[in-house]
Amino acid sequence: MKFEKPATTNPIDNLTVVGKPIHRIDGELKTTGRAKYAYEWHDPDIDYAYGYPLGSSIAKGRIRSMDTAAAKKSPGVISVVTALDVGKRDLGSKNTANLFGGDEVQHYHQAIAIVVAATFEQARAASALIKVDYAVGEGVFDLSTATKDAKKPKAEGGTEPDSSVGDFEGAFANAAVKLDATYTTPDQSHAMMEPFASIAAWNGDELTVWTSSQMIDWWRTDLATTLGIDKEKIHLMSPFIGGGFGGKLFLRSDAVMAAFAAKAAGRPVKVALPRPFLVNNATHRPATIQRIRIGATRDGKITAIGHESWSGDLPGGQPETAVMQTRLLYAGENRMTAMRLATLDLPEGNSMRAPGEAPGLMALEIAIDEIAVKLGMDPVEFRILNDTQVDPEKPGRNFSHRNLVGCLTLGAEKFGWNARGKPGTKREGGQFIGLGMAAAFRNNLVMPSGARVKLDARGDITVETDMTDIGTGSYTILAQTAAEMMGVPMEKVGVHLGDSRFPVSSGSGGQFGANSSTSGVYAACVKLREAVAQKLGFNSQDIEFANGEVRSDNRVVPLSQAAGPEGLVGEDTMQWGDLEKTYQQSTFGAHFVEVGVDVATGEVRLKRMLAVCAAGRILNPITARSQVIGAMTMGAGLALSEELSVDKRRGFFVNHDLAGYEVAVHADIPHQDVIFMDETDPISSPMKAKGVGELGLCGVSAAIANAVYNATGIRVRDYPVTLDKLIHELPEVA
Amino acid sequence: MRAFTFERAESVRAAAESASNNPEAKFIAGGTNLLDLMKLEIEVPTHLIDVNGLGLDKIEVTSEGGLRIGAMVRNTDLASHETVRRDYGLLSRALVAGASGQLRNKATTAGNLLQRTRCPYFYDTAQSCNKRMPGSGCSAIGGVTRQLGVIGTSEACIATHPSDMAVAMRALDAVVETTRPDGTNRSIPISDFHHLPGDSPHIETALEKGEMITAVTLPKPAGGMHIYRKVRDRASYAFALVSIGAIIQADGTGRVAVGGVAPKPWRVDAADAALAKGAKAACAELMADARPTDDNRFKIALVERTLAAVIEETRDKP
Amino acid sequence: MIEICPFEISRRDLLVSSAATAAFASVAGNAHAQISGNEMQQSSNVSFKVNGEEHALELDNRTTLLDALREHLHLTGTKKGCDHGQCGACTVMVDGRRINSCLTLAVMHDGDEITTIEGYGRPGNLHPMQVAFVKHDGFQCGYCTPGQICSSIAVLQEIEANIPSHVTGDLTEKASVTSAEIRERMSGNICRCGAYSNIVEAITEVAGSKA
Repeated sequence: MKFEKPATTNPIDNLTVVGKPIHRIDGELKTTGRAKYAYEWHDPDIDYAYGYPLGSSIAKGRIRSMDTAAAKKSPGVISVVTALDVGKRDLGSKNTANLFGGDEVQHYHQAIAIVVAATFEQARAASALIKVDYAVGEGVFDLSTATKDAKKPKAEGGTEPDSSVGDFEGAFANAAVKLDATYTTPDQSHAMMEPFASIAAWNGDELTVWTSSQMIDWWRTDLATTLGIDKEKIHLMSPFIGGGFGGKLFLRSDAVMAAFAAKAAGRPVKVALPRPFLVNNATHRPATIQRIRIGATRDGKITAIGHESWSGDLPGGQPETAVMQTRLLYAGENRMTAMRLATLDLPEGNSMRAPGEAPGLMALEIAIDEIAVKLGMDPVEFRILNDTQVDPEKPGRNFSHRNLVGCLTLGAEKFGWNARGKPGTKREGGQFIGLGMAAAFRNNLVMPSGARVKLDARGDITVETDMTDIGTGSYTILAQTAAEMMGVPMEKVGVHLGDSRFPVSSGSGGQFGANSSTSGVYAACVKLREAVAQKLGFNSQDIEFANGEVRSDNRVVPLSQAAGPEGLVGEDTMQWGDLEKTYQQSTFGAHFVEVGVDVATGEVRLKRMLAVCAAGRILNPITARSQVIGAMTMGAGLALSEELSVDKRRGFFVNHDLAGYEVAVHADIPHQDVIFMDETDPISSPMKAKGVGELGLCGVSAAIANAVYNATGIRVRDYPVTLDKLIHELPEVA
Repeated sequence: MRAFTFERAESVRAAAESASNNPEAKFIAGGTNLLDLMKLEIEVPTHLIDVNGLGLDKIEVTSEGGLRIGAMVRNTDLASHETVRRDYGLLSRALVAGASGQLRNKATTAGNLLQRTRCPYFYDTAQSCNKRMPGSGCSAIGGVTRQLGVIGTSEACIATHPSDMAVAMRALDAVVETTRPDGTNRSIPISDFHHLPGDSPHIETALEKGEMITAVTLPKPAGGMHIYRKVRDRASYAFALVSIGAIIQADGTGRVAVGGVAPKPWRVDAADAALAKGAKAACAELMADARPTDDNRFKIALVERTLAAVIEETRDKP
Repeated sequence: MIEICPFEISRRDLLVSSAATAAFASVAGNAHAQISGNEMQQSSNVSFKVNGEEHALELDNRTTLLDALREHLHLTGTKKGCDHGQCGACTVMVDGRRINSCLTLAVMHDGDEITTIEGYGRPGNLHPMQVAFVKHDGFQCGYCTPGQICSSIAVLQEIEANIPSHVTGDLTEKASVTSAEIRERMSGNICRCGAYSNIVEAITEVAGSKA
């Protein structure tokens, strides 16, 4: 099916199951410990061996030689496979750094060997016995100095690095009120709870991999490329994923090493990347330096807005697209954005939840707060005044649906925004109290997504798609979609995900998963409905599926009977027309935050959080709300404590574990409120839904930084907003 | 983790003897720090002596009216003990400020004193570290140092001692009781227990080979208000940037120990003497010879501000 | 209940018959190994109860309780998130107390009673805390969830037992069930999906129903 025209009324609009607060259908498995993650697949008839990786201890250079003799002699060791043994491999299309193979070292903790032993303990001990002789190369590790050699990156996927409308420089120079400020965001880590893990098993030239992947087909394709085998020979499964946040979008070293190790050992091998290793081994969100200039009239109209961003990556890598939202979020006739990319020899920078917008809004939404302060305007009013209903770079192009103003207004009302005082004036006990807010914005992406839906003689529906559930609720919303389309209760729907034998789906990423994959199931269900109609000789234009029955005129047939003993199958892939070109499709929201800042120590603690989201139809308010509060929690970490600290001499992230890289804990997070605007977006998909999983992260960190400003009068432009950036400006303690 | 042999010690004496007979042996109690380090091969014992079954898990009142805390008393039990809560509140507060509920259920009193630094360069075996590998150099100096020490450090090492409990013990004038392999016992004042790094940062305590901590003794209660204030980026489950353990009497005199700034719990007599004059005066003494880096210079101001808040808190309450 | 994970399909594909026989032999070999009790070996015999069931194992001394549960008893509900005591995903109850099973050796638990997530409930017959987690959506990816639930159960017991926390007001008064107490006491269980707000609601509900 191709979605080319805005949706009209369809069976989803019945909303008997879709849109309802239905608890996760995988909830019992997850809460009882029965959901099996990658490393946990166990067949009592298989004698698994254990692989333990070794990472490079230098950031750049070449491996001259590796001495594996002691490791090979170590008790229990079955084989040792080194990067030199496997040699340089073809690079997967989504990878920047080599995952495993060859003598070149491109970053710290790049995988250079895998030791296979009968037990985990034996493999780990032996891995420490490998001696490596390196030719150490000179690397560049400091973004702040590498920017001088930064280049304009090539356009990726139709995204130009630069944009310009009107006369930005002239308008900015002549603006009555001006802001010119530079912000920085640090390197950040996905830090998902389940480490990268794979089990690989060969059967002749066929490979089965049980792994932890957000994108089955991307992994399968790139694993085939890296191994140099036919993609059809690989069977990949990832039915449960212990979090990804973009870190598991692209093939990682665990799967590659497991495959080589299993080949060498002649038996299935389990590999999990140790936590202190995986931080530098895997990808991260690159640090940015962002300069934002805003010019406005005295009554608060933006006349000029400019956003430039510098980031770094390995050669062949990409920029962090931190300026993208600035092209779309606010009005203003004169505009410019630019991205520049420096070469850095740190681990690979790549997508992390809301790539571009998350760090972009961390900067932009402080800048908006700052210009509102300069204007003496309420930042909510300033944002409303500068709203736009068209793409400000292409005024002929409308947003499909945009209710940012509604989010701002409702949020301000519900949060008690009017109670906000002047900066540094409100004190309760030992804390300064402040309110802050920011707009949320994330583009709505769609991806082709396929599914197979089966109807059997019991009237049961089974959905099969290689879609993944990374905690997003895919199992549940896909079941809801099929139940709605086929007119059956939830109990009659089974969902099988994350298997490369199923139709290729959107996968999970870029907040496109829910809308795209449910649309894929919708398309497959349309096919199945047609098959049912055809089998029964019904006119498919005049047919109703409800209560486990099919009705047409006055004929009623139970689905089980329609299925017949052989059952029926519908399979299709949702393809997308050019509605995303005709219309700008985005999701919107507003974040409101209350903080307390310790008057003595400068410790920032959150007191209240509210997000209001406008993201089309909400398919399941329980799982959608969880996506948003989860993103708000991540945003709290990004605002207040998360930073991969770079050793600029030796080129690695120093705090490479969960003690050193501080994500938010329970004690950091207050009760969180989420309000969804009641809306649909028929231009987005037949589901009339949009993504919401990343929207919750967009802007929340800036809202916190703005609240800290309101509490203390101190403007911190370098994340994270830690106490050392505050205490020197806080009043003396009596 | 290298392979090791394992024994359950039958007595304190036997444990100490076994340890002295095997130069690569280690005692294991809660294991929460030792196993963490063994997995990374920062600690590489070839023999482990399990000392959990020696009955060292009692808390008793001493004849001097103080408290004798068995070496194997778990952090949770020590923090929960009625007498500790009532008379040594500082200790209870420091304990529950540390780690997590799970870790406190396992971690012991002796083990906590012997906790090793959280310096990230100590933790990364690909980096040089004089503490981990004497003479290899200190890669932390000139590197990422925000968490590291500002005082008591040396050219060889700028790591801090990570314990919260030890800060309270220092303020409480605890005494560490040990048994040596020859069966003799000794008492080590907490002030002498932890060593400054100098040019031998791998020597962290006064313990000799095979010497085993059996108890920690507290003198009779000091009275006063007990406050432990731990400052950190996230609200819980994090090591201190700075922590203040203070006992302040109604007249404003008292004692103060500082965590997160030095290779040992940091206490200075002159600072105690100046405490009644306020935080600025006390901090000037505490931080007199500080040698911060650009990244951790803030800790000096933070100590003063936190101490000021602690003193203010004692004034707020009767 | 609907079946989500296509276990049978997957298993068929992974079967490697030659390896199978070897594996069976080695597993059986371990189970019947002699109880040598020689403490100077690099492996030891250990017996403990897990979820009420007695297990006797011969284990490498290096084997953590976590790996004993996951790799030897195949009780994979207990998760390995960091293996260094920094995340809490491996939380289990040992003799009635929650600990990080990654930072303790299996050989140190001879005679102990261990409860893992599998011991609290099963699909169709959930523990009240598991019910509350499902109801309040106190999880997303599910990987930290068993540890969160074990800790949740323990936290209520710890408050009941009057164990103080960092946010307990007066150390000489009885600890109480408040949101602040729950948050502080749960802080050793990291949830990167960020379900904290919902988890606190789940625990609060269970605490309330007990009161």
